[in-house]
Amino acid sequence: MAAEVEIKEENLVYGKNRLIKDNIMHYCPGCSHGTIHKLVAEVIDEMGLEGECIGVSPVGCSVFAYNYIDIDWAEAAHGRACAVATGIKRMYPNKMVFTYQGDGDLAAIGTGETIHACNRGENIVVIYVNNAIYGMTGGQMSPTTLVGMKTATTPYGRDPRLHGYPYKVADMVAHLEGVCYVTRQSVHTPANVRKAKKALRKAFENAMAGKGLSLVEFVATCNSGWKLSPVAANQWLEENMFPSYPLGDIKDI
Amino acid sequence: MKEVRLMKGNEVIAEAAVRAGCDGYFGYPITPQTEVIETLMEMKPWETTGMVVLQAESEIASINMVYGAASCGKRVMTSSSSPGISLMSEGLSYLAGAELPCLVLNVQRGGPGLGTIQPSQSDYFLATKAGGHGDFRMIVLAPNSVQEMYDFVSLGFELAFKYRNPVMMLSDGVIGQMMEKVMLSAPVPRMTDEYIKEHYGDWALTGKFGGRAGNIVTSLELDPAIQEQVNEKLQAKYQKITEQEVRYEEILCDDAEYFMVAFGSAARICSKVIEMARADGYKVGLIRPVTLYPYPSKVIAQRAQQAKGFLTVELNAGQMVEDVRLCVGNHIPVEYYGRMGGMVPTPGEVYEALKDKIINKLK
Repeated sequence: MAAEVEIKEENLVYGKNRLIKDNIMHYCPGCSHGTIHKLVAEVIDEMGLEGECIGVSPVGCSVFAYNYIDIDWAEAAHGRACAVATGIKRMYPNKMVFTYQGDGDLAAIGTGETIHACNRGENIVVIYVNNAIYGMTGGQMSPTTLVGMKTATTPYGRDPRLHGYPYKVADMVAHLEGVCYVTRQSVHTPANVRKAKKALRKAFENAMAGKGLSLVEFVATCNSGWKLSPVAANQWLEENMFPSYPLGDIKDI
Repeated sequence: MKEVRLMKGNEVIAEAAVRAGCDGYFGYPITPQTEVIETLMEMKPWETTGMVVLQAESEIASINMVYGAASCGKRVMTSSSSPGISLMSEGLSYLAGAELPCLVLNVQRGGPGLGTIQPSQSDYFLATKAGGHGDFRMIVLAPNSVQEMYDFVSLGFELAFKYRNPVMMLSDGVIGQMMEKVMLSAPVPRMTDEYIKEHYGDWALTGKFGGRAGNIVTSLELDPAIQEQVNEKLQAKYQKITEQEVRYEEILCDDAEYFMVAFGSAARICSKVIEMARADGYKVGLIRPVTLYPYPSKVIAQRAQQAKGFLTVELNAGQMVEDVRLCVGNHIPVEYYGRMGGMVPTPGEVYEALKDKIINKLK
């Protein structure tokens, strides 16, 4: 039985952000979503945007993002988050509007809505969590699945002759004039978490300043879908995901 | 200040939207309704009332922009024609599931598939029974004149907000493309953000204020027991709509022995047929459903008591006739006449069908 540990105020170095609700998260242990949610809540809180923020959650593992961060949320149909966010932002041009989407939602079924929101330069932030797999439906191939990677629908590995190649959304949208900031981040080490938070804050600042669309890609783990332990998944991320999806800013104007 | 103008059905929608205090229109070009967005873009309402007009990349994007904007408690709409409405089906289901108010205009053309750009009424089933997946209903208004195209924009918004439900205006290429005299009403201002917070602040996405928790617009519920309750609540709302919002018009029904039932442009043709039939001494009346959902079932059932027979006239293969049969039963004939694929019958053709299928058989 765990002993009660009293933490004195002066020793408190870390706490749950007040915008994170008390609901128990449904994410698997080791999943990147929990950390990314934390960053989103912290950035909103630190920028004083609690009453200005409207989020759009996708279909996929992060569909329930609205259960974890206490702001206004719309839950969008699969892939349509950027269109929904466009509708919201056009109604409330001064609000901070962002989408939170996975690679299945954003890079497969939502390709059209994403590209055109980028091209129109909607003043929103797109938070794009790329773990190269469909998590919620049980680990199928997504457009960003690596060549050779085994999934429930590529049981012998992704064969480009059959399934094409990993789709690099961030590189693609960086070419569009409506996009002001594109960056790839990860949250698999404390140092990366700190960098990612800075990137996220910059994206939010861009949206509030009306600079155009910012896309922050998180190259993330899905250890359940990848069938690895959380620690092994972090290592696999570095060895396999980063060569295809290298971290760093792709566009910053 | 009332104003009378000669206007095209589609153009009047733009005028009506601005005057009804619409906050946003999201659309994609498709014949025969493209004048709606063209007229709006020419009017530039963003410079006057502040109304947003945006051309989306697809009908799928349009309806999801409507979903986002409607989530904000704003008065928003889109318009399209049959193939485009098919693409919106998913969005319509989400709007109904999340209980969001909006207006969707369908200026119908002939199908199936890419079909034709000529007028049709073949989306009756889609509008009244199968707008998308899941158990949901839209309130469906069927205008038969340019004036009603105008009037039903503000009526549509009123009903959409009263019930927090999508409203479809089911028009067709005849009404959308024809020009008629129309009486324009005085403009209504757009709702202020304060008004929205005060009246819809318990559900709309306005940004948190006044210490309230975040609002969530969603149609998702994983627990089937709770999802069933959500459905029961929706069904109770639809029941209330069927009790309170039935609208119809009766023409020369009091002494009628033979009844035609028709909506929209088909009803316009039928009103001429009545004149022809009455001149020949046949007591013919017309029931024109103005709301297709809720359907004027009671009035049709009541008229069935005095009727010798019914003929529905539709620009489709016979869709609404199924609903009339449900109201009337089997004791008298209920027949259908119509043309498809963009063909519009003349009053003479309809009159011949009325005689062949009903009057001469029952004389």
